[in-house]
Amino acid sequence: MSKILIDLKNINKAFDGQMVLDDLNLYIRENEFLTLLGPSGCGKTTTLRILGGFEMPDSGKVIFDGADITKLPPNKRQLNTVFQKYALFPHMTIAENIAFGLKIKNKSKSYIDDKIRYALKLVNLEGYEKRMPDSLSGGQQQRIAIARAIVNEPEVLLLDEPLGALDLKLRQDMQYELIRLKNELGITFIYVTHDQEEALTMSDTIVVMNQGYIQQIGTPEKIYNEPENAFVADFIGDSNIISSTMIEDKLVDILGTRFPCVDTGFGCNRPVDVVIRPEDVCLSAPDLGRINGVVTHLIFKGVHYEMEVSAAGYEWLVHSTSMFPVGTKVGINVDPFNIQIMNKPASEDEEAVGINE
Amino acid sequence: MNKKKLLGAPYFIWSALFILIPLGIVFYYGLTDESGTFTLKNIMAISSPGHAKSLWIALVLSFVSTLICLFLAYPLAMILYGGCRPSQTGFKSDKSGTDRKNIIVLIFILPMWMNFLLRTLAWQTLLEKTGVINNILAFLHLPALKIINTPYAIILGMVYNFLPFMVLPVYNSLIKIDPNVIHAARDLGANEFQVFTKITLPLTTPGIISGITMVFIPALTTFLISKLLGGGKILLIGNVIEEEFTQASNWHLGSGLSIVLMMFIIFNMVISAVFDKDGNGGAL
Amino acid sequence: MIKSTVKKLYVALIFIFLYAPIATLIVLSFNASKTRAKWGGFTLSWYQALFLNEEIMQALFNTLLIALIASVTATFIGTIACISIMNLKKHTRTIIIGITNIPMLNADIVTGISLMLLFISAGLRFGMGTILLSHITFCIPYVILNVLPKMRQLNPYTYEAALDLGAGPVYAFIKVVLPEILPGILSGFLMAFTMSLDDFIITHFTKGAGVDTLSTKIYTEVKKGIKPEMYALSTIIFLTVLLLLLFVNRPPADRQKATH
Repeated sequence: MSKILIDLKNINKAFDGQMVLDDLNLYIRENEFLTLLGPSGCGKTTTLRILGGFEMPDSGKVIFDGADITKLPPNKRQLNTVFQKYALFPHMTIAENIAFGLKIKNKSKSYIDDKIRYALKLVNLEGYEKRMPDSLSGGQQQRIAIARAIVNEPEVLLLDEPLGALDLKLRQDMQYELIRLKNELGITFIYVTHDQEEALTMSDTIVVMNQGYIQQIGTPEKIYNEPENAFVADFIGDSNIISSTMIEDKLVDILGTRFPCVDTGFGCNRPVDVVIRPEDVCLSAPDLGRINGVVTHLIFKGVHYEMEVSAAGYEWLVHSTSMFPVGTKVGINVDPFNIQIMNKPASEDEEAVGINE
Repeated sequence: MNKKKLLGAPYFIWSALFILIPLGIVFYYGLTDESGTFTLKNIMAISSPGHAKSLWIALVLSFVSTLICLFLAYPLAMILYGGCRPSQTGFKSDKSGTDRKNIIVLIFILPMWMNFLLRTLAWQTLLEKTGVINNILAFLHLPALKIINTPYAIILGMVYNFLPFMVLPVYNSLIKIDPNVIHAARDLGANEFQVFTKITLPLTTPGIISGITMVFIPALTTFLISKLLGGGKILLIGNVIEEEFTQASNWHLGSGLSIVLMMFIIFNMVISAVFDKDGNGGAL
Repeated sequence: MIKSTVKKLYVALIFIFLYAPIATLIVLSFNASKTRAKWGGFTLSWYQALFLNEEIMQALFNTLLIALIASVTATFIGTIACISIMNLKKHTRTIIIGITNIPMLNADIVTGISLMLLFISAGLRFGMGTILLSHITFCIPYVILNVLPKMRQLNPYTYEAALDLGAGPVYAFIKVVLPEILPGILSGFLMAFTMSLDDFIITHFTKGAGVDTLSTKIYTEVKKGIKPEMYALSTIIFLTVLLLLLFVNRPPADRQKATH
């Protein structure tokens, strides 16, 4: 494990009396691709802006490489930001945009020219030096914004929903581009997005946030397969979240039927939430599964069929490559490994915090 | 953050010193008599026959001038706008659009570089009994125009001076309309007249309202136009106030009448605020 | 076809209406007869006399000096005020903009009177100083009105991007914000300059004896009859501005040729 580069300690931030970040603690390792993921208003952008120095936390500390940088202005920080909607300087050429930070640092002309050429090559836009930003497409402007940031050789690159304004295809291409860049540069990326697919594709670590709280920190696999609460399960991908009862270790009662599972330590006869991903629901002929149901909806989605199955009073969302027409009687089965048990929220309040955006 | 707010300090102090305090002084003078005791007599003075008459004439003349400005300016703005309306494709070249807008604004601002008093005085030359216009009319064997030193000449002066303040806001509100809104209305079956009454007119209301404010207030409060074109016989409320300060030196009465005048201005502003909620139908 | 002719005729009539008095003044400046009622033949002598008329030249100098100082000061105060207004809370901002609108919406005569009463109460000596204070006061709103919308259009992240790349706040403002709001500052400055130049009413109430601008000078001449030199002067001013504007707004094609 590489060393911890950034440490956010007990960060609190409120705007006009409204709590945005509530006692946030988070550390970021060197060379990590860390994504802050959550719905709008969850505090992810505020966290990034505190890192960049554009907001001051009301209390708490930002530690960078062992030094307290909480009160350091943005222009004195070793981090650079790629802004939402690019924020290129519209009155400067591409070369002038990229050279901006280097000129402030009084670098020599030949050094700057080399850097511009190197950066443009890195983002696949060689020969664009003389162009003006508004003559470039959205994707190209985005690459320039990245080039402008990385020529300053920051230790950390902050990216604030950088792909938000691009169309789907371009967004997917840019995701691979970013992973490649990250590997070539060997620096830390902190990435903010509300798009769970982006987060799953690119990150080493995902931080799921909601209402100013960190809901879960983990690898994409962990976040997806083992969500810690209903909010994370609901926000990351589609899922069936069913209120159930834990009978004993490795046995759970879902909608009146007992299912074997692999989780332990939830106690006996305790109410829990169960998460089952739609692709983990196996459909079979009736009576071959644990619960019987009827297919009520069917949509072709390209890679798979999406179905809704009414069974034991719950509408199960099912993804399957085999098709069962509407009205078919089916049996439902779930592999014990694919049943994820989560504690119920402690109070109604917390549930509201968890589910509402 | 706080440093940025501090940058406004010079202006905030300035506006307190030179906008708010002076108005406070006007109110102080208007609501007291020579001995400094509170009185409403300076305000009530508006009901004396002479003052009431000059206020009434000012209201009538400025109202008529505002109406004339509106009816002259609206079609003009439509024609000017029509000239740069986007083609069928719905695309509008931004560059030529702003260039055109600049030129139109300049055409209306340009006369301001000729002194206001001289411009207005020139109408004397044009309107005089043996002036240019009557010479032309005589040449065409038409009856002579005898409006100099009458209320009509004052209305003409008001319309002449304040017409640009009506054209510009209406034009600005016209060019803000998304051409696709018009296209959509046509697409949904509206004819040209319906497009005008149901789409164009409601969408330009903020411009009209701000135009009315910008014509009506200077017209209502002028003392120069009446002096220069009314032959000194017609006293508007502006003339009365001006004389209280420059000749009679009764600042209390002058301030009291100014307060009455401001009430009309505030009344007008409240009406425009109701119509222009987003506060940016502004003209200039 | 008929419709477009009617439209052109309508526009033409309005333009004649707007520019007839100006044409009249220009014609009068070449009129050899001293009364404006009669045409006494073409002469350039008023133009010669103009430059020898010390009173008019002094008034012109005062007018230009006041307009220049007032509009430059107003542009400076107004522009930095805009930065701060953008950072105010919505409620405070509404109040400040409301106060800013007062000099523009209020009657000039009331603004003039209120300033006159202020200067009297403060015991200031009436003269250039009081005229300048008044002109700056009514010029600032025009600057704010022009600069504030440009600031609103600004992508807020460009300023932060400059900070992010290592620029200090002042450097970032000059390099990134200023070029974007410059058109607003310029048009605000020009508008303030024009308003100051054309003002009579507020100057009328706030000037002292002995100081005259062109407007107040003309006003005192109204009764005795305007000196033809005045027509010559305003013709020169008008034509200068006209040529300047034509130059600035010449078609883009010419502009390119000129720069290459």
